[in-house]
Amino acid sequence: MEIKVTLNGKKMVASVEPDTLLIDFVRHHGCLSVKRGCETANCGLCTVLMDGVPVLSCSVLAARANGHSIQTLEGLQEEANEFIGFIADQGAEQCGFCNPGYVMNTIALLRENPDPTDDEIKAYLAGNLCRCSGYEGQLRGIRNYLNWKKEAHNG
Amino acid sequence: MAEYKVIGKSMRKKDAMQLLLGKPVFTDDIVPQDALVVKVLRSPHANAMIEKIDTSKAMLVPGIAAVYTYEDSSQERFTMAGQTYPEPSPRDRLLLDRHLRFVGDAVAIVAGETEKAVDRAMKLIKVEYEVLEPLLDFRKAKDNPILVHPEDSWNAPCPVGADNKRNLCASDSGGEGDVEAVMAECDQIIEHTYHVKACQQAMMETFRTYTEIDRYGRLHVVSSTQIVFHCRRIIANALGIPKSKIHVEKPRIGGGFGAKQTVVAEVYPAFVTWKTGRAAKMIYTRQECQIAASPRHAMDVTVRLGAMNDGTIRALDVYTLSNTGAYGEHGPTTVGLSGHKSIPLYTGGLEAFRFSYDVVYTNVQSSGAYRGYGATQGIFAVESAVNELAARLQMDPTVLREKNIVREGMVMPAYYHEVANACALDQCIAKCKEIFDWDAKYPVRDMGNGKVRAAGMALSMQGSSISGVDVGSATIKLGDEGFYNLIIGAADMGTGCDTILAMIAAETLDCSPDDIVVFGADTDASPYDSGSYASSTTYLTGKATEKACMELREKMCAIAANILECDASELEFRGDGVYKLGSDEFVSRSDIATASMANNCIPAQATVSHSSPVSPPPFMVGMAEIELDKETGSVQVLNFSSVVDCGIPIAENLARIQAEGGIVQGIGMALSEDVTYTPDGQVIENSFMQYKIPTRLDIGTLHVEFAHSHEPTGPYGAKSIGEVVINTSAPALAHAIFRATGVWHRCLPITPEKILMEKNDD
Repeated sequence: MEIKVTLNGKKMVASVEPDTLLIDFVRHHGCLSVKRGCETANCGLCTVLMDGVPVLSCSVLAARANGHSIQTLEGLQEEANEFIGFIADQGAEQCGFCNPGYVMNTIALLRENPDPTDDEIKAYLAGNLCRCSGYEGQLRGIRNYLNWKKEAHNG
Repeated sequence: MAEYKVIGKSMRKKDAMQLLLGKPVFTDDIVPQDALVVKVLRSPHANAMIEKIDTSKAMLVPGIAAVYTYEDSSQERFTMAGQTYPEPSPRDRLLLDRHLRFVGDAVAIVAGETEKAVDRAMKLIKVEYEVLEPLLDFRKAKDNPILVHPEDSWNAPCPVGADNKRNLCASDSGGEGDVEAVMAECDQIIEHTYHVKACQQAMMETFRTYTEIDRYGRLHVVSSTQIVFHCRRIIANALGIPKSKIHVEKPRIGGGFGAKQTVVAEVYPAFVTWKTGRAAKMIYTRQECQIAASPRHAMDVTVRLGAMNDGTIRALDVYTLSNTGAYGEHGPTTVGLSGHKSIPLYTGGLEAFRFSYDVVYTNVQSSGAYRGYGATQGIFAVESAVNELAARLQMDPTVLREKNIVREGMVMPAYYHEVANACALDQCIAKCKEIFDWDAKYPVRDMGNGKVRAAGMALSMQGSSISGVDVGSATIKLGDEGFYNLIIGAADMGTGCDTILAMIAAETLDCSPDDIVVFGADTDASPYDSGSYASSTTYLTGKATEKACMELREKMCAIAANILECDASELEFRGDGVYKLGSDEFVSRSDIATASMANNCIPAQATVSHSSPVSPPPFMVGMAEIELDKETGSVQVLNFSSVVDCGIPIAENLARIQAEGGIVQGIGMALSEDVTYTPDGQVIENSFMQYKIPTRLDIGTLHVEFAHSHEPTGPYGAKSIGEVVINTSAPALAHAIFRATGVWHRCLPITPEKILMEKNDD
């Protein structure tokens, strides 16, 4: 079947099987940041934005993306670059395999709630598993970024 | 502590920004998308013989390139454990075997052009099984009439006490002093058995390997592995081909935690490529990772502890029964740590100890290496027993520890008589009490809303490399304009070793870590290194790096001596170049690099291999505060504080993140990660739906600090940190739960159900 999708800002028409998953579709089209960590929608690694809303691409059919805009980390490098250095300073990226999903969801969080509390950060990112368990360092990184942003605005 | 320019600072990892931006750096990101898809048809039975297998219909599926069965396999047995020669694990595997030994064992290998074709072909393979009675209870395995490995071709090359006719993968007994005589004099004897499950490493990137025939006709393997050199040997053994025909490299690795110290996925695509000449890849599913991988060894650790009423611990007797599952990977070695890295914590007043073990085969998935490697199981047991003693004596458990612990300078008879040259365990306890606010949090507090708060604690130790066995190596090379290449065979799997080793090189070469470019690991290009396991990389490969850099400094001085036409003894290396003493003559690093490339016979590079006769233990204290809901049995971790003595942390932020990660994995093992089986031997927790690893809501607030010691044999005083940090969570949480409920839980995980049904804690 044929679908029309805007992938990272680029309009495209693609032929997919009815059972093609969105994760396999975007990876096939070069968006290799999108990772599969489980098959049961439990880990958050495959998070992409559909019309700006985070979805698990392992649990969405590519056909469902027809007529929608899909963004992966490949298309949001600049937005990610604003805060990921603070996570790198903590070393909280660790192995890196969960990073794209977690960074995507952090982008969604900060768009929705630019000044979240620690509890709000933890709750929003609860579905993003990290087995290296950089949770505490990731939180410190986001907190440092938010503090830096406030200081930059106030100063 | 000496003043260092680089060591001890916080440092961004060299790969951090690439990882955070989601760049294609992992195995499945960098290999051709048209490689053959390889899958394994898995046994539905825990113990069965293949009577008949018909692959003809599967072969007819369009796009199928090959289907292999036991008839295609080499009949030479091998082990998949990534360990140094001579391999201590029994050679008990075939690539494909007629005898299937667990639910998930490999029946056939299928390779095809698409995943759909492979899935279809797998359904069309017709297998007739002779189903045999399985041996599922490891407590009944020794001398059971059901033999997991009845075959005569089974062999154990090392004398580890293995005997396949008794289901024994290993057994031994040792100790010092007259345990029974000392026990007879003791006022108190604590004796209990503690059980730890076969927990999964659950690294986010599942096992995966790509294979192709390269331009020289060799087998080129790109794999997510901690052990490129062992991997080369094991694939050669499995395929029955010369080692020279194989080239293994690893890209970035999405976590390992020991899982990737075993060759789990590699042999299947390697076999397909070798047979067909076509590129192939195998990507394990999460389900395969849960049922046919390389988890922790489930162990029953029985502790008998003899002490006086004043708290002096005089004797420890530890017996471990370890379940290696269907195959013996890491079976003979993990078990040793359950005694060797728990008993020495109490070197203080210990007069006698004994440590014995049996490692048995059963018809469940084979175990392997998981962070902590047996020490985790032993420390859960011994630390729990010591906490039980504290409760019986009504002593503060920190005071009981202070009375008995190993201290700097002590000889540790239970740790190969090594001397604790660097030990700040006493400072760890004092500092942890302070940052955790132990005196305020240890008393049980009823919150008046059905919830109760309580605290618990535990100690931990590990090693730094395998003494007298492991080899760490580094090559350092001067390049144009004076930058350096550091080439290693150790594997950064998220641990940050590329960066940590670059920091050691930068400190030694008196330059910025940005001047050091790191490459690894590749069996054709890297100097030999055992690989990244056994907490060895910082300590061993780090020392090799330091020594290689010292050698390179001398070589750079020799090249500079030719330029300045003087003797090298008149020169001094100072980072930015070489200075002639007592003059203003100077050759810059860049000029030395240039000079090394024309009319020069002195190599501007150095390679050093390093091995250590000792394995200095890092130490740690962990303290947990929980809130327990008396109506539901649920436990919320509120705070977990710890102080770690890893010698000198090379990169403080990376050491802290290692510690936090280990603590959280330990919390999962303690509270939620369960492994149970159906009556016919299937793992029930075969996805992240059932196998609950901690989320960021499950861990409370972590607080990690360091107490410095200086290990004379380590690089800049460093010991290890990767593994020691996983060991305190379970005993500290079991302790806190006892404080809250009055019940000791001696079988992990301690779930709300078990807490509510408190009397059935087995």
